[in-house]
Amino acid sequence: MGGAVPRPDDFPAIAPVGLCGMAVRFADRLSEPANRAALAFRAALESEGRDGVEEVSTSLTSAFVRFDPLHLPHATLETHLRDMLAAQDWYAAALPGGRRHFRIPCVLGGEHGPQLADAAEAAGLSEAQARDELCAARPRVLTIGFAPGQPYTGELPAHWDIPRLKELTPKVPQGALVVAIRQLIIFANDTPTGWRHVGQTAFRCFRPEADEPFALRPGDEISLRAIDAEELHAIRERDDSGLGGAEVEEIG
Amino acid sequence: MSTRSLTVVEAGPSMTVQDAGRPGYLGEGLSRSGAADALALAEGAALLGQDAGLAAVEMAGMGGAFRASDDIRIALTGAPMRADIDGARLAWNASHLLPAGAVLRVGAAETGNYGYLHLGGGVSVPPVLGSRAAHLAAGLGRALQAGDSLPVGDDPGGKTGLTLEPAPRFGGGEVRITESMQTALFSDDTRARFEATDFNRDARANRMGVRLAFDGAPFAARGQLAILSEVIVPGDIQMTGDGTPFVLLPECQTTGGYPRIATVIPPDMARVAQAGAGAVLRFRFVDHDEGVAALSRHRAALADLPRTVRPLLRDPAQMPDLLSYHLIDGAVSAHDPDPEGDRQ
Repeated sequence: MGGAVPRPDDFPAIAPVGLCGMAVRFADRLSEPANRAALAFRAALESEGRDGVEEVSTSLTSAFVRFDPLHLPHATLETHLRDMLAAQDWYAAALPGGRRHFRIPCVLGGEHGPQLADAAEAAGLSEAQARDELCAARPRVLTIGFAPGQPYTGELPAHWDIPRLKELTPKVPQGALVVAIRQLIIFANDTPTGWRHVGQTAFRCFRPEADEPFALRPGDEISLRAIDAEELHAIRERDDSGLGGAEVEEIG
Repeated sequence: MSTRSLTVVEAGPSMTVQDAGRPGYLGEGLSRSGAADALALAEGAALLGQDAGLAAVEMAGMGGAFRASDDIRIALTGAPMRADIDGARLAWNASHLLPAGAVLRVGAAETGNYGYLHLGGGVSVPPVLGSRAAHLAAGLGRALQAGDSLPVGDDPGGKTGLTLEPAPRFGGGEVRITESMQTALFSDDTRARFEATDFNRDARANRMGVRLAFDGAPFAARGQLAILSEVIVPGDIQMTGDGTPFVLLPECQTTGGYPRIATVIPPDMARVAQAGAGAVLRFRFVDHDEGVAALSRHRAALADLPRTVRPLLRDPAQMPDLLSYHLIDGAVSAHDPDPEGDRQ
């Protein structure tokens, strides 16, 4: 995994995010090494516990630091981040530890995935081929974001590089599987979206009442087990964990 | 454990429990939420002489009616709203006693957007992930409804009839901004035009963000549609596909692919959230040092708030029942009403 991809020009780069934030960007388009770099850099910042650093996070290819500029001057933090960047090749960093694989039951197509045929056509596939490929895929959680616990997973094969729709679908339900730009998302909440709605799970990304409120972490992998609408209904009836019938295994 | 409660008799359309929010979950996709006007929270805490971390009722645009199970201390801050207890008009930006069984009515905002009802002891609904703040976009908490009963925390007691001078923030004005991730994608001309433009709050505004209406051409960035999703923080000003700015507020999403021209500095966030219909907002870029100096002054002002609290001077013109007041008794009202306190 993660063959040698040439480091993108002008990266890594440090960018201001308002008065109290700084981002370390590893690329301006998604790549596997840049995603690993962001995750590893965030982990290093987190374990440091530096005074004045209030919070760290990642997006697809960036790590973010929220800090208190009255306790940690902007210039001091920037110098420190540059020193960290120089200390190792972050693009070659290992994936985070404690990763898991979630095999998630999902209805693909039909009324629970009304845009599967459309997505398949955009990817140059028949609907049956699209269904097979989505079930065979094992995308990784690249980041959690936008809504609580919501995973952006990827990457699917190159022919799934299908654009977002220009017209938003006004409301796609919580647990929906949507696809665009070689990524799959399971929605944390009902939401309007330009991504194509291809399937439906009973998986809840965010369960505030649980010991682990956020189901997935960056580095986890997911795969889909095709089920029919009846089984989805049955899972919803009996599941109170939010897992939506998913099987979970440790993958190190 | 306190059993005191405040019953919601009538609820405006958008009342929620809010505190300082839930920082620390950006990496899990959960924005911090919390009061849209954090300054109002601090003012309420100062008026009641309690911790600014306690939760209050945030009332967007319109208040409601409330009845207390016991005598409780209240304070009213933020966007001024018409308020009375059983018909007796109350001063805004002040603390009062809400007697057991009496009904507090809070009407529509006269200026600004978000009014706050603070309770002595705070609203003590159970915290979720370390905060009592509703986050409707995330499915945490919900808008308050008639019939809801809010538990009130223990109140060690203290004076009421106090007021303070609120920092001006309800009529628009200048908002200071600093560079954000995509500022450089906007040309110098576009940035200059952004600073020179008068903006109004659009009716499409909520706790996630404020859409800004303006006259003129859209504000476009280079490569606007091809930007990789990046972290979002409250205060970011994102340009949507049609070139209209949105200032993001405490319930915003945590990542997004629209370019951001700038970020509002924290001390000026309340001015954005509270700009009412018709208020004009203008933005001005400041450098990092100026922003940090402003933040430092803002923190100092917050820390100083309790020292600015003073007794409410009653305006005789607003006391139709003046003759019924025991004016002589009033002369001893500075004594602590708690007999234990009097003995000390």
